[in-house]
Amino acid sequence: LLRSSQPLTGPNRRRCREDEKLLGAILDEGERGFIIDTRSAQAAKQARMSGGGTEPKSSYPQWRRLHRALDRGRPLQESFIRLVEACGDPSLSMDRWLSRLESSRWLGHVKAALSTACLAAQCLDREGSKVLVHGAEGTDTTLLVTALAQLILDPSCRTLEGFQGLLEREWIEAGHPFQLRCARSASSHARGKQEAPLFLLFLDCVWQLSRQFPFSLEFGEQLLLALFDNAYASAYGTFLCNSEKERSLCKVKESTHSLWAWLNQPEEKQKLLNPLYSHNPLVIWPSVEPQSIQLWQGLFLRWIRPSQHLDEARAEIQRLVEGN
Amino acid sequence: MEHIRMPKVENVRLLDRLSSRRAVVGTLYLTATHVIFVENGSETRKETWVLHSQISSIEKQATTATGCPLLIRCKNFQVIQLVIPQERDCHDVYISLIRLARPVKYEELYCFSFNPKLDKEEREQGWKLVDLNEEYNRMGVPNNYWQISDVNRDYGVCDSYPTEIYVPKSATAHIIVGSSKFRSRRRFPALSYYCKGNNASICRSSQPLSGFSARCLEDEQMLQAIRKANPGSDFLYVVDTRPKLNAMANRAAGKGYENEDNYSNIKFQFIGIENIHVMRNSLQKMLEVCELKSPSMSDFLWGLENSGWLKHIKAIMDAGIFIAKAVAEEGVSVLVHCSDGWDRTAQVCSVASLLLDPYYRTMKGFMVLIEKDWVSFGHKFNHRYGNLDGDPKEISPVIDQFIECVWQLMEQFPCAFEFNERFLIHIQHHIYSCQFGNFLCNSQKERRELKIKERTYSLWAHLWKNRADYLNPLYRSDHSQTQGTLHPQIAPCNFLYKFWSGMYNRFEKGLHPRQSVTDYLMAVKEETQQLEEELEVLQERLANLQKSQSGDNKVKSKQQDRSKQIGLYTSNNSLANTPQEYSNDLKSFPSRSPSQGDEEDSALILTQDNLKSSDPDLSANSDQESGVEDLSCRSPSGGGCLPSEDSGKDSDEAVFLAG
Repeated sequence: LLRSSQPLTGPNRRRCREDEKLLGAILDEGERGFIIDTRSAQAAKQARMSGGGTEPKSSYPQWRRLHRALDRGRPLQESFIRLVEACGDPSLSMDRWLSRLESSRWLGHVKAALSTACLAAQCLDREGSKVLVHGAEGTDTTLLVTALAQLILDPSCRTLEGFQGLLEREWIEAGHPFQLRCARSASSHARGKQEAPLFLLFLDCVWQLSRQFPFSLEFGEQLLLALFDNAYASAYGTFLCNSEKERSLCKVKESTHSLWAWLNQPEEKQKLLNPLYSHNPLVIWPSVEPQSIQLWQGLFLRWIRPSQHLDEARAEIQRLVEGN
Repeated sequence: MEHIRMPKVENVRLLDRLSSRRAVVGTLYLTATHVIFVENGSETRKETWVLHSQISSIEKQATTATGCPLLIRCKNFQVIQLVIPQERDCHDVYISLIRLARPVKYEELYCFSFNPKLDKEEREQGWKLVDLNEEYNRMGVPNNYWQISDVNRDYGVCDSYPTEIYVPKSATAHIIVGSSKFRSRRRFPALSYYCKGNNASICRSSQPLSGFSARCLEDEQMLQAIRKANPGSDFLYVVDTRPKLNAMANRAAGKGYENEDNYSNIKFQFIGIENIHVMRNSLQKMLEVCELKSPSMSDFLWGLENSGWLKHIKAIMDAGIFIAKAVAEEGVSVLVHCSDGWDRTAQVCSVASLLLDPYYRTMKGFMVLIEKDWVSFGHKFNHRYGNLDGDPKEISPVIDQFIECVWQLMEQFPCAFEFNERFLIHIQHHIYSCQFGNFLCNSQKERRELKIKERTYSLWAHLWKNRADYLNPLYRSDHSQTQGTLHPQIAPCNFLYKFWSGMYNRFEKGLHPRQSVTDYLMAVKEETQQLEEELEVLQERLANLQKSQSGDNKVKSKQQDRSKQIGLYTSNNSLANTPQEYSNDLKSFPSRSPSQGDEEDSALILTQDNLKSSDPDLSANSDQESGVEDLSCRSPSGGGCLPSEDSGKDSDEAVFLAG
């Protein structure tokens, strides 16, 4: 599984021998690979006008390109805002709730993200092919897909430690611009252009997986909520800045504490573990039917819905599994 | 058997609902009670059994090159798509099924031929499991305020009511009879639930025949009597569960609702729940959404909202909450009615009782609740669920809605119910299956005439025998959630109502979590119990030894790494699952069957196996052509299979195209 950003083909259909050689070297003789472009075919084509583009078939003969349009940027942020507003609207009658939920399109984004990740995973697992994922910048939907695909395929990513490693690798080190993306969240009126809840979308998808495979993830909802909180506002330096370079310049490692260090302390770790976890060596294929994708109430209704009874249930499960 | 034109058809294809590529070939059998499809060739010879009673509709579709398609839709939401090679055969099967699915006499129903091999005494005992007299006594009646009345002992006053009915002490026979003449279908106000703690009660009736201005002294006295039976309150709520418009329209037909001016000290309240026709259509629309091929999120949510289903569920729940509040918090008695007092009234009274009294949240209590508010009070099971061929306009998912309300509550209060989702699903299944006699006919009178108790078996006994399958592992009778009244959040709460895919997509295995948390936790619980018992025994033995010896032996607990132990058990449950078709663009993949070198495919249709382990009796009396596995083994640490709707034993394929 590889990731990159878009090739700078541009309007004049530029070629780059080194890039072609690199991609060619990845594949064996006669082997076919898949490129999953997270933009629609049209958007990818239009990108050429501003200097970007796609890998032309003629220059990359062994690679087959698939387009799966995933929303990012402004539309995704709008979707998020609309969902939060719908959840918080006390005047909403039952008649209108579902259509408000639908018009936010958030669940549609979840479905699309999971489907695309599953597609990538399917290429790797079922077809035995190599996959290259990229969108435009390679910092948003690209990471969403590669991180989710690994979670689906690789049981070691589903352990607490492995998941943290996955986050470090596929989001932090890979250069997702946290500072820009996770600036003000849903209620801010200052609608920053760079703001978009990709990371939240990722966490939502992970939550869907944990719901569909309750025994297969070593961590629970608490970890996902903690990550969401810390991505926006944190006492720790883990999610600071927009890239490794910036973190290095700001001397983040020297001047702040790591979130992982805190989360891995025994008392904190306890709260994050899933009592039902049992190592599942196999690939977990989620259902992406609409009935299978649910609103992440624990996050979106966190302050609206009383959680007492569900907390009690969770405590009961813990008690049962730990044998009283 | 005379209705069966073609008892056996070969080379029939059973299609997966969404992907015609995945079809299995087998033989179709028609028996007096079931339709059975047996797969060819595969080692396990999977069987799909469908009771004729479950068939809701049969659709013969246009013949194609591959054969003649037949679509069977069931009342338990199973949808079976068959393709029969010869058009002539298909037609014969179609005609036979049409007749078989619409019985004319009760004797045609499965319950009269079903034989679980119990003797007469066991059958009788089964029927005695739920005793309503015991229940009313448990509530605390008869007492100073309430008495049992035998005025209806020969069904002379109201033929849809039971023979034994509880009324206020001050309600004489004269008052009862008078009131019954002023009520639709003669369904006079009677006790549904009595709250010992504060003497408040829930009573139920049908609408008064008040028209625009008619009055009835006895009826007014009846309501007064109910009010007086609760000394703690000086007024009575009268709740009409219909939308105001409908109730008003009824006045033109000489019926209507209680005028606050005529009845002293009542507070009248409309709680608009729509009628049976609206509900029937609502369910229809929702099922259409479920049948969409690879819907988008939008299609699904729009369709769901358009059906209005969850809105109706919420309306029923809100009514129940209102009544529970009136009784528990205000200490005021409530009289509930709708039009005829056998649909919405039953729903609302039973939801309210469930909220108020933790007993009804136990397995036994729930059975009692259904027996009381639905069976004894004359809910028209035959008309509503089509035991016999009848007027399609009478069909409506009334009890289904109640059962769903219970499920919604279970989701909000996971520790509060002694039983689990499977219990609800099986009850719903059997309401339509007519395998047991509990839900036949339209009234107690009809059931007695048919001698149901002597000729059929009780579902309750059957469920009770298998109660281990139906337990909720999170339930503890000493838990705070299980005590007292349940208080569902009132507002905002729209989001609390979820689509119940466990019921409406029950047979689509790909949709559900492959491992059942409930079953796992039950296994853990059992294991813990066994270990604790062993520990006790060992400790005793050690104590005895220590008495006869001196020594410093420490008692070592036999707690092994239980999570590992159980973990092994669950991994045996084949965690493997296969991917959906996530790609729209089928051509992008060289076709490599997902089953290549993989875990066995299993049909997405519920096989009798899955039902059987909780219904072991079905195998005992089936027209079996082949041996059917008995999945009744239940040892947790033995790695045996747990009976579960979502049995992880087979890996399931979700093979529908994603949007």
